[in-house]
Amino acid sequence: MVNAALAQFQQVFIEESLEGLDTMESSLLALDDGGDAELVHTIFRAAHSIKGGAATFGFPEMSSFTHEAESLLDEVRGGKRAIDGGIVELLLRTVDCLRGMFARARAGEPLNDAVAEGLRGELAAAMGRGAAAGGVQARREVDQADAWTIRFRPHPGMLAGGNDPLRLIRELAGLGELAVTAELDRLPALDRLDPAECHLGWTIELAGPAKRADIAAVFDWVEGECELAIEPKHVVAAAAAASAAPAAAPVADVAAARAQRETSAESSTVRVAIDKIDGLINLVGELVITQSMLDTFRDGVDASRLALLEQGLAQLARHTRELQESVMGIRMLPIASVFNRFPRMVRDISQKLGKQVRLELVGEHTELDKTVLEKIGDPLVHLVRNAIDHGLELPAQRRAAGKGDTGTLRLEASHRGGNIVVEVSDDGAGLNREAIVAKAVQRGLIASGEGLGDEAVADLIFQPGFSTAAVTTDLSGRGVGMDVVRRNVADLGGSVTIRSTSGKGSVFTITLPLTLAIIDGLTAAVGEERYIVPLVSIVESIQLQREAIRTVVGGGELFRFRGDYLPVIRLHELFGCPDAVRAIDEGLLIVVEGEGARVGLFVDGLIGQQQAVVKSLEANYRRVSGVSGATILADGSVALIVDVAGMVRMQSRRKVA
Amino acid sequence: MAKILAVDDSASMRGMVAFTLRGAGHEVTEAENGQLALDVARGGSFDLVLADVNMPVLDGIAMVREMRAMDSYKGVPILMLTTESHTDKKMEGKAAGATGWLVKPFDPEQLLATVKRVLG
Repeated sequence: MVNAALAQFQQVFIEESLEGLDTMESSLLALDDGGDAELVHTIFRAAHSIKGGAATFGFPEMSSFTHEAESLLDEVRGGKRAIDGGIVELLLRTVDCLRGMFARARAGEPLNDAVAEGLRGELAAAMGRGAAAGGVQARREVDQADAWTIRFRPHPGMLAGGNDPLRLIRELAGLGELAVTAELDRLPALDRLDPAECHLGWTIELAGPAKRADIAAVFDWVEGECELAIEPKHVVAAAAAASAAPAAAPVADVAAARAQRETSAESSTVRVAIDKIDGLINLVGELVITQSMLDTFRDGVDASRLALLEQGLAQLARHTRELQESVMGIRMLPIASVFNRFPRMVRDISQKLGKQVRLELVGEHTELDKTVLEKIGDPLVHLVRNAIDHGLELPAQRRAAGKGDTGTLRLEASHRGGNIVVEVSDDGAGLNREAIVAKAVQRGLIASGEGLGDEAVADLIFQPGFSTAAVTTDLSGRGVGMDVVRRNVADLGGSVTIRSTSGKGSVFTITLPLTLAIIDGLTAAVGEERYIVPLVSIVESIQLQREAIRTVVGGGELFRFRGDYLPVIRLHELFGCPDAVRAIDEGLLIVVEGEGARVGLFVDGLIGQQQAVVKSLEANYRRVSGVSGATILADGSVALIVDVAGMVRMQSRRKVA
Repeated sequence: MAKILAVDDSASMRGMVAFTLRGAGHEVTEAENGQLALDVARGGSFDLVLADVNMPVLDGIAMVREMRAMDSYKGVPILMLTTESHTDKKMEGKAAGATGWLVKPFDPEQLLATVKRVLG
């Protein structure tokens, strides 16, 4: 049976269970590393909660499956079974299987699959018995009679358990007509009477057809706390003990599946810490106060109150900024949810490759925008796989290089200015310059490695279709990867860079904006138009003399900047703005950096720095290359936000063409 | 209507219990483990306590034991929400002083019927 309460809490159950599975996984991994007994309790509790909840929230298959794992854990917990690598492995696969079941539950698909069935057998086998019995145990035989005599004599301490004999007798009255006689024979003398104890007993005549089981059920909770005799007065012909119960099950399954479908699809909810909400409420309160203060100026402002008005406006500005930060903060979640998948992954991959890897996670509490968080997982997975597969060496190779057998892989997240920086570093062999150059030449990406700086060589691995692994493995794929990593990160408004030292290891640095919804930018004027250039990509703004510009074959313009020649992109040409400044020495060049390359954007001049709320162009119009979105300026006009990485790509395409 | 203390570490289970009971007009206070439940119980009075067995910090059975040691909770009905269908957990709960139990899975109607049964 499905009702509103069930559907409402089903989603909560799925989310908390997925968290529980994460806990189970990390605890199992810690246990494998020689953790303590408390971990077993933690794992057991998580399994137990899932089992209990699954049955209540309409997932009986999941409940019975988890029951197998729980039984195994119970034996470990009770000291009846020693935990070993085999059991950890089996339970880890159980965690994976349950994750799959929850995914199917969300999608409204049948929960059981071949993997689940196979695992169920393995769990049962691990318990040292055959397939799960599953069936309902035979109950005591159903006994029916027209009238019963019940002798009920509570032990003196029964009241302490909160069971009131009167309640039990009233409940019996629901089964038929009662004639109750109190037995006073054990009543002590008045001076020895303790009001908290029960010394009364009752003989109850119940008239009307009733089952023994129904009567016994009334006394279920006081079993062992009373003397109880239930005797039939008139025996009815033994009713067939038909068990009709199983027939009802399939119907319940269908209903449950339908309920899941209604609430299917990815979760689009965010769990918010209560103090963040309290902070918001607090801020709104202050905003209301400021508003009512400003409201007193409705009838006009005279000079004497000008200072007060200024103060009010300053407060309004502060509250608006704080409110904005707090609201953005609601979307911020710790990166731990992404990091947590790596211990398991690193363990699996390194085992498969015969490598020894120690994983260090740093800064797991660093918060990221939910959207960024959801999309950063895949690129990180790729970098981690690459680091183990290509970066870290086999134990023998490490020994030969004078390093310890165990390599270190480090994932570190931190705030740096207005950005989130995630670093994936290893102490492996580092990038192999010769191999990269050779491959790039073979691929026709470069003519030769001569004159290429280390940075430029490292950058080659981000080219599409690049792969140097002599033997491709099933782990790191076949050279599709690093270019995708860079593109995914660029889509999030971020960038990826590499630092590598031969023999010492590599560091991949992903720099991400704090949020996708608001950017800090410089407003630039181009004719009548206004463009926002994201602050993160700006290197410098310079004014050039006419002579500093070199024109090359094909009409491109270059200028010298810190020893490099960079191309000039004239925004007025690109976007077709009339009335814009054309002479180089009358305008301004904004040197920007994206995807590791730099270009100069030529604009009329800078207006100022501001925060821009990003509105999607794709959602409202269509995708425009060179533009990442639009924003509305203080005067109500629309300004386009320059997509620096896109411009760099456009420029390099033009160069090739 | 009764004042009820619902104790469960699972937000979904606790939420469903509280939602169902509030729907029936009861006043429900929630606590997410036995220790927090004891703190809440000390600061107020309840007509009924519903508690999960397996919880972090302080489990349901230890919670019942401590609650029964408090004068104001000597006779208050305490029900254990339990998934164990075998009797040892029920008996352990009883020995600690629980009034009875409610076996998961339960549906809202069954929960209300049981609560009604206890409150009389």
